[in-house]
Amino acid sequence: MPTSPSDVPRYDLAVIGAGPAGLAAAVTAADLGLRCALLDAGRQTGGQYYRHPAPGLGAARPDRLHHGWSAYTGLADRLAAHERAGRVGFLGGHQVWALERTGDGYAVHVTLGPEAADRATVPAAAVLLATGAYERQLPFPGWTLPGVVTAGGAQAMLKAGLVLPGRRIVVAGSGPLLLAAASSLVTAGAEVPAVVEATAYLGYARRPGVLAAVPAKLVEGAGHGSALLRHRVRLRLRSAVVEAHGTDRVTAVTVARLDADWRPVPGTERRIDCDALAVGHGLLPQIELATELGAATRTGPDGAVALQVDARMLTTVPGLWSAGETNGVGGADLAIAEGELAAHAVADRAPRPALVRRRARLRAFAELMAAAHRPGPGWTGWLRPDTDVCRCEEVPVARIREAVEELGAGDPRTVKLLTRAGMGWCQGRMCGPAVAWLAGSGEPGPDRRPFACPVPLSQLAAEQRAAAEG
Amino acid sequence: MRRTPAELVGAEPGPAHHIDFDGRPVPALPGQSIAAALWADGVLAWRTTRVGGRPRGVFCGIGACFDCLATVNGRPNQRTCLLPAEPGTTVTTQEGHGRADLAI
Ligand SMILES: Cc1cc2nc3c(=O)[nH]c(=O)nc-3n(C[C@H](O)[C@@H](O)[C@H](O)COP(=O)(O)OP(=O)(O)OC[C@H]3O[C@@H](n4cnc5c(N)ncnc54)[C@H](O)[C@@H]3O)c2cc1C
Ligand code: FES
Repeated sequence: MPTSPSDVPRYDLAVIGAGPAGLAAAVTAADLGLRCALLDAGRQTGGQYYRHPAPGLGAARPDRLHHGWSAYTGLADRLAAHERAGRVGFLGGHQVWALERTGDGYAVHVTLGPEAADRATVPAAAVLLATGAYERQLPFPGWTLPGVVTAGGAQAMLKAGLVLPGRRIVVAGSGPLLLAAASSLVTAGAEVPAVVEATAYLGYARRPGVLAAVPAKLVEGAGHGSALLRHRVRLRLRSAVVEAHGTDRVTAVTVARLDADWRPVPGTERRIDCDALAVGHGLLPQIELATELGAATRTGPDGAVALQVDARMLTTVPGLWSAGETNGVGGADLAIAEGELAAHAVADRAPRPALVRRRARLRAFAELMAAAHRPGPGWTGWLRPDTDVCRCEEVPVARIREAVEELGAGDPRTVKLLTRAGMGWCQGRMCGPAVAWLAGSGEPGPDRRPFACPVPLSQLAAEQRAAAEG
Repeated sequence: MRRTPAELVGAEPGPAHHIDFDGRPVPALPGQSIAAALWADGVLAWRTTRVGGRPRGVFCGIGACFDCLATVNGRPNQRTCLLPAEPGTTVTTQEGHGRADLAI
């Protein structure tokens, strides 16, 4: 049933996203005496990193698919205690579609349930955005075939549903998530004939001081590495999947070497048989709820646009805080540190200096990693005129090039209007980076979508009526 | 024999039930999404695209891409990676925009 703002008590803080950042922020804020709402579109806490099977699957050892599982159970236990004491309300199945500034705080507008059938508004004095990231995709011929999935999606389906897309899964793209995905997939029984990484990982090695300061990251990397070694997974550096083959599902991929600009080197192609491909090129912060309110952004060394925050994790919008991947992609440990920092700041308490230092160290490492995995301009060399760029509207490369070269579209917005690329269901989340690149602007601008998720028209009409009446 | 994900995490799920996929029963475990149940049954595609009529299924797995749409219990355009596979759920392969029955 729809609720109006007056039905619900106002919270001191509404935390949006119950991943590592949001969970850590909510329990820390509650420790410090704030009344919090913790909202997530999903029914369970954990976010992407700590995604885990639903209780009905009776998993006795969910930790076997996770590094640092005890950090999650620690946070979950603290959350449960705060919930019992009435200090935190966990609102699962609440997808936030807009934030509205009210006189002295925020109205958080949500849709309820996977079918978004109902709506509600949660009032709060302050908002902390911890909505994480989604994967950056670069199209290639055959990427729309069934069996081609995102690397994070393969992780998510495995961690939550205990299923695999195939038996012989190539993992490809760029970034640390590839190693995490490959190591989970082989541990769960899949064969991974190759991990295909576009870079040479050299970026990290250039600044050994930063790496040495983050031993936990190295241990995690080594953990993935040993699982990959044990299962004889071949790591192909400076290479990419330049085509997926098959008619109704993927049956093989072609891998080619790349030059330093990510341009495929002719004559280096080789075919690998597989029945699935997990692919991703890093992550993009999910920040449209904040950019719609005018929050300032920054472009990270990976070319991804993130929210600009100060040392307290405050965005440029009063009362709007941000922690975790929304501030630039950096992994679960950094997300937790930023969640704790933000909670202290919202409660107007000084954080421990060690926490401030830890966050700075992890953020420096994240920037280093981001720079190493930034896509090179040569990736467009593996496209063909008939490669679909926009999956939703089925817009091929040729139509986008025509819009740019013959119709003079010089920016992603004009390309979108001329071709419909990015106007489908996903609102450009999948094709955005590629369209921006092909439009000649290199990297996409800040993520802006009027709504953070599709909102049934009936709901918009209701909002408009309410606005007209109020 | 290679190990399965369920063995890895020591899963002891409640009894399996069935969902109906295009008139055929597909087993599902409690807590699995519709998409997960279909994957477990070896099904990777349950939609054809509007323009090219090409098969699609899960791409992002987290509700962001909308490739996994199907008609669920008569409602078109549902994201099967988010919806739980509940006993008796009916899933129908979706063609195009899923509203062919409404076309006049
Ligand atoms: C698909 C995917 C899989 C990943 N798998 C791994 C992995 O296996 N290993 C690894 O090291 N890193 C992984 N990552 C990276 C991940 O970003 C972690 O670094 C970490 O989970 C980040 O923590 P976070 O709290 O910032 O965000 P997240 O963990 O992403 O949490 C954000 C939460 O916000 C919720 N949310 C987002 N928007 C809304 C909204 N509008 N309304 C309500 N709720 C919302 C989401 O449901 C989610 O639970 C993955 C990323 C993705 C996208
Ligand atoms: S697979 Fe992307 S929305 Fe379901």
